[in-house]
Amino acid sequence: MDDTKRYERLLNRYRDGDINRRTFLTALGAAGVVAGVTGGPMGMLARKAQAATPEQVRFDGWGGVVSEAFEKHAFAPYTKKTGIDVISGTFGGADEYIARVKAGQPGEFNLAHLSGVFDYARYHGLELTSEINEANIPNLSNVISSLIEPLRKITGGTISAVPYDYGTTGIAYNRKHISDEEAKAKGAKLMVDEAYKGKIGGWGEWKTRIWYGALQSDQDPNNIKDIDAVWDMIRSHRDLALKYWSSGAELMSLLAEEEIYVTEGWSGRIKALQDQGHDIGYLDPAGGLGWQECLFVLRGSPMAACEELLNFMLEPEVAIAVAEGQSYPPALDPKKVDLGKIIPTLPAFDPSGTLSSLSFFDPAYWNENEADWSKTFSRVQRGY
Amino acid sequence: MAADIAGERRAPWMLLSPSLATVGLLLIIPMMFIIVYSFWLRTATGADQVGFYLDNWIEVLGDRFYRDILFQTFAIAFYTTIICAFVGYIPAYFVANTPMKSKAFLLLMLMLPFWISYIIRTMSWINILGTSGALNTMMLSIGIIDEPIQMLYNQTTVILGLVHYLLPFMILNVYVSLDGIDKNLTEAAQSLGCTGWQAFREVTLPLSFPGLAAGSLLCFVLAAGTYITPIVLGGPRDAMFANLVFEAIVTQLNWPLGSALSLVLLALLGALVVVYTRYLGVDQIAKSFK
Repeated sequence: MDDTKRYERLLNRYRDGDINRRTFLTALGAAGVVAGVTGGPMGMLARKAQAATPEQVRFDGWGGVVSEAFEKHAFAPYTKKTGIDVISGTFGGADEYIARVKAGQPGEFNLAHLSGVFDYARYHGLELTSEINEANIPNLSNVISSLIEPLRKITGGTISAVPYDYGTTGIAYNRKHISDEEAKAKGAKLMVDEAYKGKIGGWGEWKTRIWYGALQSDQDPNNIKDIDAVWDMIRSHRDLALKYWSSGAELMSLLAEEEIYVTEGWSGRIKALQDQGHDIGYLDPAGGLGWQECLFVLRGSPMAACEELLNFMLEPEVAIAVAEGQSYPPALDPKKVDLGKIIPTLPAFDPSGTLSSLSFFDPAYWNENEADWSKTFSRVQRGY
Repeated sequence: MAADIAGERRAPWMLLSPSLATVGLLLIIPMMFIIVYSFWLRTATGADQVGFYLDNWIEVLGDRFYRDILFQTFAIAFYTTIICAFVGYIPAYFVANTPMKSKAFLLLMLMLPFWISYIIRTMSWINILGTSGALNTMMLSIGIIDEPIQMLYNQTTVILGLVHYLLPFMILNVYVSLDGIDKNLTEAAQSLGCTGWQAFREVTLPLSFPGLAAGSLLCFVLAAGTYITPIVLGGPRDAMFANLVFEAIVTQLNWPLGSALSLVLLALLGALVVVYTRYLGVDQIAKSFK
């Protein structure tokens, strides 16, 4: 018996006179208070209590210029056309958001601007995926098909998200201290070069550290044969590094203030630094890491309303404005849509629309090892 | 008659019921759920496996990694507390004994840091100690150094950030204790031949010890539970136990393990409070918040 039926049965008992008004309200109130205050295990008893109403949908994203672009170009016209309000929220990272969703209830969170195929698989593993009716999103036909297919593969042919933008996590270096030639020659091994001890940074995220550890130990990150060699490389990097950064703002600050000379970096953030006048080079090394971001519809959401909003967000005008705001190319196929003059200048942009030159996390492989590797990385980071 | 007695017995419980309900709903019940969670398991997909498993507890209590980080956490908290005690005693003594009429103003100044976010206060050290921060810029400009010194992102800056955060707690506790000491006692000691230093050592310091102990307890407990400071001011290795809880719950989505870790920290810090209460009582801490 699901939770809705439980409430209906309680209501019917009250209407039939089996329980008095006081008992009915007490039972209902107690369930609400317990679910609201405690969440967690008791939340399972009242999954439907906070389901979003069709009058509004909730969207969570990274905030900043991206949210502003969404607000201006997508949410406002969407609300004007449909009368459905978009409640906009922000999160600091994919891990933080998934923890929030896990603590919430189906329907409480609807749409989110999430990272990569890996997280898509993670949400699927937690049974948080929905099934989008693609016929309701005509603009989906403009999206690069090689970005959609990995999602389809995970969810058995259907999709729970639409790809929205892509980028790379390459090597960023200060040109005052490291030349383009040196960066190109050393590639990923530049970040384990003793010459830059104390001036090296890195993203303190286990997947990226392992990916680069694999490249530094000359292995295919999606088919690691010698994981011990990878951990050794991570240890070497840890001992040479000054700081593991945890946000784009921190990455930019460390490079701009010259606390570090070399680190991995997100292509869009490095472009923003270059636009500010900092002499920062950016290199996608052989086997460099590509990723996509998607607009994810969570289970329990009002699907028709979400699909209509997704179609608004995939309008070329909106997608291009967001892409220019965050300096990441949109997921729109340049062979089908005119992306203007700025987009082709962004780092990681692929004019072919195939993205064949980029390497992505193999979600099945990485999810299979996630529990073990994320825990081991936590130890290696602390000196083990 | 019997009804009156029963009513009298019920009255305290009636009066206490709002507080008990609040504590129950916001503390006891969530705590019970954390305990329940700690016996569940995380599956490969990240979902929780409901049941009664001791795996998390065996891992947390048997793994040297957690013991080492716990030891490191307590060491950092200990150093922080000692520095706070030494650095905080002087301003507390000054405020308690100042002849200035504006003692209230000085106390207000002590409270001033609480008006600014703890995270902002912690991040301010990046602008002070960074390669292009205020300190390096000043030393470069007056020729003390030729190139910037790397001062940030190590255990020292973590302790510095914690001292910055916790010093007001220490000062307030010591101040309350010093302010309550009868000034005639010091004067009596001096009239009996003590020097100023001896009077302080033999009279003032022992009498202010409860405040020092209360401040130390607060500083230690708060320092041992922090996780923001190592993230902002620490290097790759500088983690405290709360960072492991955060990683287990948020990064690894392993709420059962995170629950067990948080309960271990809670139990150890709780034990410390119990020992303190047994020998010194919690009254002293309460006084500094009055």
